[in-house]
Amino acid sequence: MSKGARLAVVLVFVAVGMGMIVFGVMTYVRENPPTVDFTTGHRPGAPVHLTIQTVGTIGFGPHPSWVSYLVKAPDGKWVHTTLWKVPAHTTIDVTVLEYDGATPLRNQFYGEVQGVGNTYTVNGRHMSLIKATSTAAGVAHTFSVPHLGINIPLYAVPSSESAHECSSAPCHPASAHQTITFSFNSGGVHEDRWQCFIPCGAGWLDGNGGPMQTIGYMGGFLEVTA
Amino acid sequence: MTATDGDRRDGGRADDPNRRHWRFLLLVVLVGTIIVEPLLWFVIRVHMPPGRQTTAAQGDQFDATVLTMMASPVVIAVLAYFTYAMVVWRHPKGAPLVDGPPIRSNLKVQASWLFMTSAIVMGAFVFGTYELIVPAGAGGGEGPSPIWTPTSKTILPVQVIGQQWQWTYRYPTYGGFETTQLVLPDNTWIAFHVTSLDVIHSFWAYQLGVKADANPQVDDVAFTKTQQTGKVTVRCDELCGIWHGAMYNYGYVVSRSSFNSWALRTEKRQAPLTKLLPPFSWTYSPSANGAGGGYYPSSIPFPSSESYGKGASGPEGNLPGVKVSHKGLSGGQ
Ligand SMILES: [Cu+2]
Ligand SMILES: [Cu+2]
Repeated sequence: MSKGARLAVVLVFVAVGMGMIVFGVMTYVRENPPTVDFTTGHRPGAPVHLTIQTVGTIGFGPHPSWVSYLVKAPDGKWVHTTLWKVPAHTTIDVTVLEYDGATPLRNQFYGEVQGVGNTYTVNGRHMSLIKATSTAAGVAHTFSVPHLGINIPLYAVPSSESAHECSSAPCHPASAHQTITFSFNSGGVHEDRWQCFIPCGAGWLDGNGGPMQTIGYMGGFLEVTA
Repeated sequence: MTATDGDRRDGGRADDPNRRHWRFLLLVVLVGTIIVEPLLWFVIRVHMPPGRQTTAAQGDQFDATVLTMMASPVVIAVLAYFTYAMVVWRHPKGAPLVDGPPIRSNLKVQASWLFMTSAIVMGAFVFGTYELIVPAGAGGGEGPSPIWTPTSKTILPVQVIGQQWQWTYRYPTYGGFETTQLVLPDNTWIAFHVTSLDVIHSFWAYQLGVKADANPQVDDVAFTKTQQTGKVTVRCDELCGIWHGAMYNYGYVVSRSSFNSWALRTEKRQAPLTKLLPPFSWTYSPSANGAGGGYYPSSIPFPSSESYGKGASGPEGNLPGVKVSHKGLSGGQ
């Protein structure tokens, strides 16, 4: 092989290698959980039923030990994502199946139900404030959309029932859980972050790393479209 | 040696072309400055950010105007010189390329350059330092024991709590209720007590001209006096994690009477929650790992030994240094 040919071969290999690295990095960087769409086929004026669950350990994927939210897609399948698309100016009736134990709130302020009128119920009982200062009973997570003024403390599975706790998602109502319901209006067309205000990222600084700072686990976006 | 070179070294003659250039440029700068400076002061100043909703904001506006006025002669000089050089010293088309005269040191130019730049920098330094200090810390966070404090004896304390990723506010003179709404009375001195429950945030209330770091277990005090009603944008100005960019909300400066009725209403409505909150304190100490039991207990009890407003008798008895009361605000003093 001539010198020129050998050089060409080396250059081609280097270029292919670089391309693969760039592709890999960009794929990783651009990676996002899927968006579950509640707008297609939605009849204007009809409420949207949103069913979500919170689990202590997701049990699969790159971080099986992390706490997480899951959402039930319109086809009835549980999807591991925190990106939801809902229609504007629509009542969203939310049902949360909460399967996790309590973590004390850093700020009891987030134990107060805010922004959903008196629609909040835990296992059918109306509540407006949950004392959230112990691990024995209290709040497991919150569902909060600060710019809509919404804060929903999710009543935890008491530690006395930890034997029946679900260890891997998606969890089924046979495991110990709390059923929480509330309703809110999606408002005009916009995009809002939502997050959990419980420092539930155990082992990270201030409990606010890991699942608390990864989209798909303890925070995501509410995409409100026309 | 060219004729120009000889002229320059002789200098001093009235028909010296260098003198002519200097004189003309100086005239342009002088006329430009005379036109621009009053424009800046009388027309532009009131439109300078961040407005004049508080004394601190108005101070910012004043500072920005004065600094712009200091800088504008320099800008005019640079632009005038560029334009002059491009027009007057343009190389004529078709003329032969001739090397210019060699550059030698010029004591007059060097001395005046050094003098002028030093004067401008020292002026900015002295003016900036004075302005930072004199109007009660210029709206910046002064730490837990502020050196420059307002002389007013009626100061409304408002606690600002940063946490990942939202601001909440506590009003100690109204039973210590907590809310996500920042509502302030007009025409009142406010003492912001800024702290954090986790990482470092920064409380930036743009239209108020207030910016103070929110450090965990630090009571960072910033003063300002409201003087206009209106909306306020609050942003976190310290990169604090994934939702840092979403960590903003809006506050309002309202009349004293509407503030008072809002505060009393909110105090009443939030009473069940307030009972569960830790007692009001200047700072709170969350555990390092919230998941291990992170309820935030008080660490410095309220009231602390801060020195501002001392001597004023608290209307509620237990609030030294705070004369702003429910009555005081609605009735005006
Ligand atoms: Cu959580
Ligand atoms: Cu922040």
